[in-house]
Amino acid sequence: MIRVELPQHLQTLAGVGGEVMLEVPGPATTRSVLDALEARYPVLRGTIRDHDTLERRPFVRVFACARDWSHEPQDSPLPAAVASGAEPLLVVGAIAGG
Amino acid sequence: MTAVRVLVGTRKGAFILAGDGKRQRWDVRGPFFAGWEIYHMKGSPADPEQLYASQSSAWFGQVLQRSCDGGRTWEAPGGGPEKSADGMPRGESNKFVYDTTSKTGKPLTTHQWYDGTQHPWEFKRVWHLEPSLSDPDIVYAGVEDAALFRSSDGGTTWQELAGLRGHGTGPQWQPGAGGMCLHTILLDPGDPRRMFAAISAAGAFKTEDAGVTWRPINRGLQSKYIPNPTAEVGHCVHRLALHRARPRVLFMQKHWDVMRSDDAGESWREVSGNLPTDFGFVIDVHAHEPDTIYVVPIKSDSEHYPPGGQLRVYRSRTGGGEWEALTQGLPQRDCYVNVLRDAMAVDSLDQCGVYFGTTGGQVYASADGGDTWSAIVRDLPPVLSVEVQTLP
Repeated sequence: MIRVELPQHLQTLAGVGGEVMLEVPGPATTRSVLDALEARYPVLRGTIRDHDTLERRPFVRVFACARDWSHEPQDSPLPAAVASGAEPLLVVGAIAGG
Repeated sequence: MTAVRVLVGTRKGAFILAGDGKRQRWDVRGPFFAGWEIYHMKGSPADPEQLYASQSSAWFGQVLQRSCDGGRTWEAPGGGPEKSADGMPRGESNKFVYDTTSKTGKPLTTHQWYDGTQHPWEFKRVWHLEPSLSDPDIVYAGVEDAALFRSSDGGTTWQELAGLRGHGTGPQWQPGAGGMCLHTILLDPGDPRRMFAAISAAGAFKTEDAGVTWRPINRGLQSKYIPNPTAEVGHCVHRLALHRARPRVLFMQKHWDVMRSDDAGESWREVSGNLPTDFGFVIDVHAHEPDTIYVVPIKSDSEHYPPGGQLRVYRSRTGGGEWEALTQGLPQRDCYVNVLRDAMAVDSLDQCGVYFGTTGGQVYASADGGDTWSAIVRDLPPVLSVEVQTLP
C-alpha cells in the first residue's frame, strides 16, 4: 500500500482525514499514484493535475522522502520508501497563504 | 408561509441566509466549502431545492458543487468515492475543456493580452452559473477565459457552446482587471432560443438559436479607454439585467455608463442621467416594476468605493435617466467597500426585496424596494455574489 498525504482542502473535498492508503498496480510513480488516487476519489480529478493535459497544476508540488519530486518525469520510479509505504508521498500547496 | 433564501458566495466559502417572509428574522448557515472562493451560487427556478455552486481555488482549480436539498447537503456530481469497479463515477463535473472538435467545436484561437499581444485561451474558473428556467438539470456556466458551457445532466458533464468563443471576434477580446470572464447569462423567458451573455472586456452577445451561433450586440456603446470607442467588441460590460415580463428591454452597467436597450440589445442608449458617477458593477430590476432599476455607483475605475465614503443605492423608477439616492440604513460616512458585479439580487415577494453584498463582508437587505436597508450580516469574507430565492 502506498500512503499519500493530501493538503487540508483536498482532504475535505475527498472526505478523508489524514493519509490515504492506495493500492497501486505496477511500479510506483507519480503518475501511477495519482491515477490510483483519482480513480478512488474522482472528485480530485482536475485539482492536482489538469483535467485535460494531466500536467501538474502550477501551485501544487509533490514531495517524496524530503525531496521535491515535482519536476521529475511523471513516470520516474518513486523512492523505495514511498513504494513500500514506509514514507508517504506528500501533495502540498506550492505557496502558503491565500 | 413564504420565505427567502439568500445565497452568498465569498472569497472564503458560501453562506446561506434563510429569512422569513417578512425578512426580519435570519438564520445564517455556513460557511460551506470553507476556505474556497465561491464565485457564484444559484438555485434552479424549476426546482428551488436544486442549487449549484462554483467552488474554486488558485491552487486546486475548479470544483462544481450541487445540492438537491436546498443547501443542506452538497456533492460534486459524479465525484464521490468509488463504489465498485464497474460503477466508478467519472468525476467530470469540473472538467471544462474548450471544444475544438471538428464537428461541434471551434479552433482554440488566441485573445488579446494586457500588453496587446495575442495569448492562448486557458480555463481558469467558473464565474457564473445560470440554471435553465424549466429544467433543473440544465445549467449554463460562464467561465474565464471567456466561454459558455452547458450541462444537461445536473452539472455532471459540461460541453462548450463553442459558437460564442469561436464566432470570429475572439482575437479582439481582452481581459479586464478581474480577468477575461463571461459573467452574465440571461435567459429570455419568452423565447428559449434567445440568450444574452456579457464578457469583460469584449461586450454583450446574443444568440437566437439556443446558443449555436452568436453575434455581438454593442451598437451604441462608447468606451473611451479603447482605441476605437465604438468598436464592435472590446467594451468592458460589467453586468446585464432584464425583467421577466419584458425581456426585450435590457439594462447594462458598463465600466462607465449605465445603458438601456429597447430592442433586445440591437442598440443601446445611455441612461446614466443624474447619477453622481456612472461607474459601477451591479444593476438589477425590480421584480414587479419593469422600469424600476437599481445600481450602486462607484467612484471610478481606479477608486473602487462609493463616492465620498457614502454607500448609496440609486433607484430609477423611469427605466433610467432619473435617479434617486437610497441611503436609509446604509453607512453614510467612512465606507470604502465595493459591490461586485454578481452581488445584487431581488426577491419576488409582493413588496420586492433588494439585496446586495460588499467586499467588506456585509449583506444588506431592503424589504421595501430600497426605501430602507439593514444588514443581515456584517462580517463575512469579501462577498463575490448574491442570489435570492423566493420560496413558497
